[in-house]
Formats: sequence, structure tokens, C-alpha cells
Amino acid sequence: MQDRPKAFRRRPLALALAAAGVALLALAPVASAGIFTPEAGGSPNADAIDRLYRIVLYVSIPIFLVVEGTLIWSLIKFRERRGGPEPAQIRGNTPLELSWTIGATVILVVLAGITFIYLGDIKNPPPSDPGGLASGVQVASIDQPSPPPSGGKTLDISVNGQQYLWRFDHPGGTFDYYEMVVPIKTTVTLKITASDVQHSWWIPELGGKADAVPGHTNETWFKISKPGIYKGQCAELCGDNHADMRARVRAVTPEEYQAYLEQRAQGIKEAQTGLAEQRRERESTATDQGAQDGG
Amino acid sequence: MAVSDAPPRMNAVGSPEIVMHGLRERPRGWLGWLTTTDHKKIGIMYLFLTFIFFIIGGVEALIMRLQLAVPDGTLVTPETYNGLVSMHGTTMIFLFIVPVLAGFGNYFVPLMIGARDMAFPRLNALSFWLLAFGGVAFYASIFFEPPQAGWTSYAPLSDDAYLPSGGVDAWIFLIHLTGLSSMVGAINFVATIQNMRAKGMGWGRMPLFIWTILVYSYLLIIALPAIAAAVTMLLTDRHFGTDFFDPTGGGDPVLWQHLFWFFGHPEVYIMILPAFGIISEILPVFARKPIFGYRAIAAATVSIAFLALLVWAHHMFTTPTANVVLVFFMLSSFLIAVPTGIKIFNWIATLWKGSIVMKTPLYFAAALPALFVIGGISGVILAVFPVDWQLHDSYFIVAHIHYVLFGGSVFGIFAGIYYWFPKMSGRMLSEGLGKLSFWVMFVGFNMTFLVQHSAGLSGMPRRIYDYPESAGWWGFNLISTIGSFMLGIGVLLTVINVIRSIKHGKIAGNDPWKGNTLEWFTQSPPPENNFDVIPRVRSVEPMKDIRREVKKAGEPAGSVAQPVASGT
Repeated sequence: MQDRPKAFRRRPLALALAAAGVALLALAPVASAGIFTPEAGGSPNADAIDRLYRIVLYVSIPIFLVVEGTLIWSLIKFRERRGGPEPAQIRGNTPLELSWTIGATVILVVLAGITFIYLGDIKNPPPSDPGGLASGVQVASIDQPSPPPSGGKTLDISVNGQQYLWRFDHPGGTFDYYEMVVPIKTTVTLKITASDVQHSWWIPELGGKADAVPGHTNETWFKISKPGIYKGQCAELCGDNHADMRARVRAVTPEEYQAYLEQRAQGIKEAQTGLAEQRRERESTATDQGAQDGG
Repeated sequence: MAVSDAPPRMNAVGSPEIVMHGLRERPRGWLGWLTTTDHKKIGIMYLFLTFIFFIIGGVEALIMRLQLAVPDGTLVTPETYNGLVSMHGTTMIFLFIVPVLAGFGNYFVPLMIGARDMAFPRLNALSFWLLAFGGVAFYASIFFEPPQAGWTSYAPLSDDAYLPSGGVDAWIFLIHLTGLSSMVGAINFVATIQNMRAKGMGWGRMPLFIWTILVYSYLLIIALPAIAAAVTMLLTDRHFGTDFFDPTGGGDPVLWQHLFWFFGHPEVYIMILPAFGIISEILPVFARKPIFGYRAIAAATVSIAFLALLVWAHHMFTTPTANVVLVFFMLSSFLIAVPTGIKIFNWIATLWKGSIVMKTPLYFAAALPALFVIGGISGVILAVFPVDWQLHDSYFIVAHIHYVLFGGSVFGIFAGIYYWFPKMSGRMLSEGLGKLSFWVMFVGFNMTFLVQHSAGLSGMPRRIYDYPESAGWWGFNLISTIGSFMLGIGVLLTVINVIRSIKHGKIAGNDPWKGNTLEWFTQSPPPENNFDVIPRVRSVEPMKDIRREVKKAGEPAGSVAQPVASGT
């Protein structure tokens, strides 16, 4: 009935798991973004999330190793031996059980405490840095409905998710699609909503997600220190082309941002004039035709 | 009724005997299966049907993995991919894991508590057929247009303005039919477990699998009304002009999420607790040692169920939500890790200093804590809501749920198959094929889902039909796809094992594993009435007591003739 313990049978499990454990230990300290830790580096909130994640990960690695280690050890060490003694019929051990219950609770309380320490850095938008938009070039129409407690100025951009693109409304009535151009060293607060189905705003290097829910306004922020392009995409299934709903943030100097706004305003104006002209043309031809038909 | 003049049959003493007349003969063959109310036949039908759905859901997953194996995959269209996403999730949850556990419950609850059938046998047949019709109604949609809003069917995407075809309606009918099936089944389990236990089986002597099925049933009864209401509201939104979830008419999409997850999170524990129960039966049997901390495990089961009702909004951390709500649901989600951790420690302590018999059921049972602990740790990471803002709706979540539901539930279910197949069929499954299947599944599973953590961490959202090469996710996805096919082969090996062993397996006998619980007291497969005599239960391991009694009586332990051990 019983299998005789055979050495070669235990080896693969033991080796594989030992190797996995060692690999994990070896790699954890040099954990690079994207393999063991989340993307970060674009904005302080993303960095704070990354640090918080690392703390939780480092706390859990020893727990993981202890659990897997004792499990594998038990499976190897306590195999049935032919003629071996009947195992002691232990039914429990109250002090031991109490201590791991309390131990687990303490670890979780500590994790909750650490979360509260980091929460402010992640959730609350800080003031813009010197050299940012608000303290440098002045944009006449920076909205400031509720200045952050620190008192620094922020740039508010409204984000609207639509199947399958993002619309960005800058202060002063300028808007754009696909690409959000923002000034560096400036705290940008986003007011996010959607006009059809739910979407989710996510640029991994600039912090966490914020769902774009029709009928609600969600908020998040970022502050980019150096110019560059940050990519992301919609993170909530929103229809057939959900995978194609990409988002880009291009960070430029405040001066370039100023120029962008002006250029964009000009472009919109031209487009509107063009549109009006087209309409007039269409209507006039329609009237001509109507006159011909009537005649 | 007549006092018999006929020659006494089994009755040697010659006391009055009841003769029954007009007993209709049971239909045989397929009609017998179709009309049965026997809990064992219903249980087998449950297991068979749900395994078919498991295979179908698995094939859907493999098609998705093929599509994602390379950047810019063109195997399926985006619409088909969204259909596959929705069908795979819905199938695995509503047509496989939840009902397969009901299947095990159906077969083994009466046997383990020493009952002759479920409390309401016909209701039991009804729950099976409701499940079958739910599956048929849902899969009929592939001939029209399958649902494409994911298994969560978030409004407004699931509303008629965005998905006007009948797929979402088929999904709604599936939820209603399988929901009714589960509800009726759950009531039946509760009635059976509370009223029909063998003499002497108090709450403190109830097998842990029975504890988990009881808690599973109560959770279903509490959680199902929320989703039943939600999908009915969605149905009227779609067809009768109401605006429960439509913001243009004053409704709120976030309401859908609350209602859905108020059901959806307990559902996760509905899917995992009975698997915990299965391995809580298996580990002590194969360690030849009692379960460590029986009371703690039973209490942990109940407290997990209670907490499971208080954590639903951790699926909604990225919606516009007040801080106080975020904090509450983080703490409640943390709290649920404590009883879960207790269980894992207890299982390991059960193996510790045991005399472990290395058979296939033990392999699968021991893999459950090994894999579930990864899902548990990633669960704690995700409960930290600022971290969840990064990881939510990414492949990290996909990895997390698969470590919980595949590494946890499905490995537990496979342990149950290898453990109980001898009882159900009277034959053993092949050990060689079983262990091979285990290793292929174990390696394939980890290969598929471990790298998905990394894909998510590097920014890959879930439910996308393709990704550009520049995203840098190709490597993760290719590994994952190769792993998924290994996993598929591993599952197939077990299917082959089962098919082969039904006819050609070694004869099992009543009690091939030296089990602890009453199902091993009867024949394999059990006769229709389960037990001629129901023994009095004196501990949580009645079969151990019976074997001891038999040994004391000086008979070979292998030939447990039932009446011998009846000793009341």
C-alpha cells in the first residue's frame, strides 16, 4: 500500500523551491522597477507608493520563506518510514496558536501604521517647486478653487475619458486629445471624469490609478521634475478598443507650456473659423440648390 | 402493510416484518440519471458537468494566452477577446468552482455526517438542473453575441446603449439561474447539516469539510440576494427604461460596483472555504496525525465568513471614495488575513512530526497552502490602498486571483478528486499518472501566473487584447503562455487518469487511505441508502475509533463488516 520513501522523488520539489527561495532573497534587494516593484520615478506620489510597496514586500518575504520553508521541511523530513513509530497524536497547542495569531495581528497593525505615515505624501498634492509654472511665468487663468493646505499654486487640468480617447481641458478653455502637455516642477491636479462608460486614468510612473466614472469627479495629481514623455493607458475595460485607449503626458518647461497653450488656442480658433466657413459654404450651396430645385 | 406469512428473509428471529407493495422500479440507464434524486448520482452529475465547463473555460483561457503570446497579436478580434474574457471568468466562477464544490458537498455531506440522503432530495435535483439550464442559457449566447463586459459587467458598459446585443442578457439569466441553484442548494445543505447528523456528532465533532460547506451555504444565502437584485436592476435598465446605473438619468455606476462586490467578495470565500475544508480532511489522514487545532480552524472558517461580508469595497479603491471608507476597508481586509494565516499555520503544524504518506491527494493538498500563501501575501499588498492604486486592474490582480482561485481552490478540488475518486467509483486513480499530472500542473501554474505579477508591476492592464512591442511586456507574456499550455496538459493528464481508472483502476475497497470520517465506513461506491447501520460518533475521527474497536475485537481491520462497529 505505502510507497517507500525514495530519495530521487523528493529532490525536484526541494531543489526547485530552495532555488526559488534563494533567487528571491538574492534579487529582492536589487529589485528593479517592473519586475519586483511598481513603476515610479516620474512623480513624488509614485515614488512614495513604490517605497510603501517595498516595505510591505520586505515584511512579507520572511513570512513567505518561513511558511514555505517549514512546509517543505515537514514534507521532506516527516515522511512515513517503514517500521517507524506511530506519530504523536498532537491535537493542538494553545500557546503556540495564540502566539501566531497575535504575531500576525501585530504585523498587520504595523503595516497599517506605515500606510498612514505614507498616506499624506501620496494623497495630498504638494506645492509647486520654484521654477514651476505658478511661480514663474504667470498664466492668467490658473484655476484655484481650493488651494492646497501648503498654499502653493497648482495647475488644474480636467480629464475626460471617452471611448477610446482622453480629452484634456487646460485652464483658459484650451483643450486637447491624446496628449496632455504639462509644465515641469508644477503640481498638476487632475479632475477626472468620463462621458460614456467607465475608464481609468493610469500613467504608472506618475502614480496610481483614478477611475473615470460618468457622473463623478475623481482626483489625483502629479509633479514632474524633468521634461519627458510618460505613457499609460486606460485600465478599466471600456469596450472593444479598450487596449487602444492610450494616454501620454508630455512634460515641458513652463515657457514651452505657455507657448503650447497659445499655439493650441490659435489652432482651435482656426479650426473653429474653418468650421464656420465650411458651414456657410455648405449652407450657401444648399440654398443655391434649393433655389434651382424651386426654379 | 401485513404481518408477513412469507418466509422470513434477513430476519432470523422471526419478529414481525413489513412487506412493501407497489414500489415502482427505478428507471435504469440515462433515464435513471435524468430522474434521480439520489445525492450521490446528483453529486456525480455536478462533478461531470462542472468539469466540462472547466475544460471549456480553460480552452477560452488558452485562446487568450495565444493571442497575448506575441505583441500585436491578431489571432482574435477585440470583440472576440472581450467575449473570451467575459466567458472565461463567468464560466470558471459560476459554472465551475462554486458548483463543483456543491458537487463534492452533495456527494459527501450526507456520507460524512452519517445521513442517508440530503434533507430535500428533489430540491437537490432542482438545483442541479437549474445549474445545467443556467449554463445552457449562457453558452447559447455564443451563437449570437457573447457578453463583452467582463465577468463583473460594470455599468454603464453593460447597459443597452453600449452592448445592445443579447450577450449581457444571457449573462443576467446565468446569474439568476445559477444563483437560484446555489440558493436552493445552500438551504438544502444547511437543513441537512443542522438536522441529519449521526448520533453523537455534535458541533465539535463535525468534520471540517462539513463546517466549510455549512459556512459556504450561509455565505451564499447572505450574498446572493445582492447580486440577484443588481442584475434585475441591470435587466430593467437594459429593457424597461429604468436608470439605476445610468448617470444621465440620475443613476450611479458606482452603485453597481457596491452591489456587485457585496456579493462578489463573499463569493471569493464561497469558492475557497470548501477547498480549505477538503484539505483539512486530507492532510491529517495522510500525516497519520489529527488535524492541529480543530477548534481554531472551525472558528477561523466562521470568522473569515463574517469578515468576508465587510471587505467588498477593497475592489473599489480607485473609485472616487472618501478616505474614511478606504481606511475601513483596508483594515477589514488586513483583519481577514489573520484567520486565513491561522489556517495555514495549522495545516503545516498538522504535517509537522507526522508520518506523511506521499500519495497524490497529499501532493495537491500540500500545494494549496504553498500557493495560497502567495495569493495571501499579494492580497495584503493589495489591501494597502495607496499601493492598490498602482496595482488595481493590472496583471498583478490577475496573478493574485489565480493564486487564490487556482492555487487555492482548484488545487484543493484536485486534491478532493484524487482523495474521493476511490469512494465514488470503487477504483483507485493511477498514482504515477496522478503525480505526473501534479508536477506538470504545479510547474505550469507557477510559470503562467508568477510572471504576471511582474507584467502588472510594469504597467500592463488586465483585459487588453493586445500590446505594442515597445511596452516591454512580451517576455512575461510569452513565459505565461507557455506555462498555461503546460497547465492545460497537466489538467488533461488527470482527465485521462479519471477516464482510464473508471474501468481499469485498482479496486479500492472501503477505506483505501485509512480515512478519519464516516464516508470510508461504507462500501465504495456506497449503496443507495449509504449505510445499513449508522455508527454512533464519539470523536471528530469516527473511523479511527471504529478501526480501533475492530482491532480490539480481533478481526482484520480490512474487512470492516458494518454491523460489527455499530456498537452504540
